[in-house]
Amino acid sequence: MSEFILKARDLNKFYMQRTGRFGFGTTQVKALDNVSLKLRHATTLAVVGESGSGKSTLARCLLQLQPLDGGSVFFQGRDLADLPAGELRRQRRHLQMIFQDPFASLNPRMKVGEIVEEGLLIHGLGNKDERLDKSLKMLVRVGLAESDMNKYPHEFSGGQRQRIGIARALVLEPKVVVCDEPVSALDVSIQAQILLLLKELQHEMSLSYIFISHDLRVVRHIADEIAVMHQGKIVETGCIQEVYESPKQEYTRNLLRAIPGQKRQMV
Amino acid sequence: MSELLKIKELTICPANAPSRKLVSNVSFAIEAGKTTCVVGESGSGKSLTALSVMGLLSHQLVRTNGHVLFQGQDLANLSAEEMRKIRGRKIGMIFQEPMTSLNPVLTIGFQIGEPLTVHLGLKGHALKSKVALLLEQVGIPAHRANSYPDELSGGQRQRVMIAMSIACEPLMLIADEPTTALDVTVQAQILTLLDNLKTSMNMGMLLITHDFGVVADVADDVVVMFRGEVVEAGTVDQVLNSPSHPYTKALLACVPDAEGKKPLKPIDYAWLKSERVPV
Repeated sequence: MSEFILKARDLNKFYMQRTGRFGFGTTQVKALDNVSLKLRHATTLAVVGESGSGKSTLARCLLQLQPLDGGSVFFQGRDLADLPAGELRRQRRHLQMIFQDPFASLNPRMKVGEIVEEGLLIHGLGNKDERLDKSLKMLVRVGLAESDMNKYPHEFSGGQRQRIGIARALVLEPKVVVCDEPVSALDVSIQAQILLLLKELQHEMSLSYIFISHDLRVVRHIADEIAVMHQGKIVETGCIQEVYESPKQEYTRNLLRAIPGQKRQMV
Repeated sequence: MSELLKIKELTICPANAPSRKLVSNVSFAIEAGKTTCVVGESGSGKSLTALSVMGLLSHQLVRTNGHVLFQGQDLANLSAEEMRKIRGRKIGMIFQEPMTSLNPVLTIGFQIGEPLTVHLGLKGHALKSKVALLLEQVGIPAHRANSYPDELSGGQRQRVMIAMSIACEPLMLIADEPTTALDVTVQAQILTLLDNLKTSMNMGMLLITHDFGVVADVADDVVVMFRGEVVEAGTVDQVLNSPSHPYTKALLACVPDAEGKKPLKPIDYAWLKSERVPV
């Protein structure tokens, strides 16, 4: 097995956009334009860019949640597009996602215990007692209490909901987790908690993260490698320290210059 | 020093629960030509404080104590009519969501011109040229006056909001998280624009934010709020470089820095509670 757990080669994705008067015309928007990237085992690759740069499209395409218009994604050396439907479904257990909005991504009619257990149920892992035991342990691990199993998502704060989202994804013991702006809806103190939790869990479970974010300060703290996206293309990649200290592209330099808080030293 | 706005012992409660203080005993002042940043987490009462200055509190909330003095005049004693003459004329306001605070069926030129007509009685050609001037001032080509909000990007919409709020050359500007919904490069542009306008028009600025990076870049004075109270206030150097309150220290410790050198430390609320020093 190679050191890269997930590889994407020449990904292309187009959207048709209605333009012109009353939307009668259409133009093609390249959301992904020959995007290639490699994720090393048990490391974090951050994908940064401004809104509209295609980073969320990339996240969904990597997990085959959206069909590609070109290119292939290799997970542990196997092309996901070549897998038969049943096998792809089995592989999905290893490819999980943590979503941005903890308010929209949890089913309001399901209890937290059911939300976390559902993945195990779908993948047929363990019997009822084992599933319950696993979900409970995971919930406690992410910092919730046993009694929270029987509550509904609306009873929790944003940070706690994000913890539920993390438990839901990690209970399946995935190998690759795509985190799509997991902390951008949270207060800075809660953000720090969640970032630390993600780091700890990565260590414990040897997870490989694709970390999608627009916040370059957050990325500096969590990522090992970084890919900068601009208008559907990856304009710069490299190890995090290298890119932050000596960015090669003008676009990356502009992004780094725009980080707030650089005019004054803070404690 | 010329104090433009003085908030004294402001307390806000829900109308049906007068014992629950959402904003408690908040006092601070804003000077002309200076930017005061109010920082805090969500629910700390920073937006409520701003809204109550403008007299825009929801009917379910009441101000149970305190004064808001604008140029020495207590805003609470003003009639709705008098308040309307101050709002938009002497105090301008910018909201967080440029999407929702612009009217989608009116051109931006009309919306920028509206306060000019209402407050200054500008009409016709004079109005048109003033709107064009304002658009140039915030960095939008003047011919875009006939565009509708949906034809503009998020950053441009926020520029339109700024043009509207400075149209009548107010003495003070209140900006409630003006850049939270924007990309970082656009955020830098908008903050620079606000800072330049503040200097050139000698406005007092009340900027509400949760981002210490923004504070470091634009603030002269800082007010830190926590659970409805002011826990620390001072100049930006004092608060950022030698914070005295444990909450301020804890909040600063969980802000990631651009160099990635500082270890992140989440706030330990239980510890804060036990350490709680009187404010």
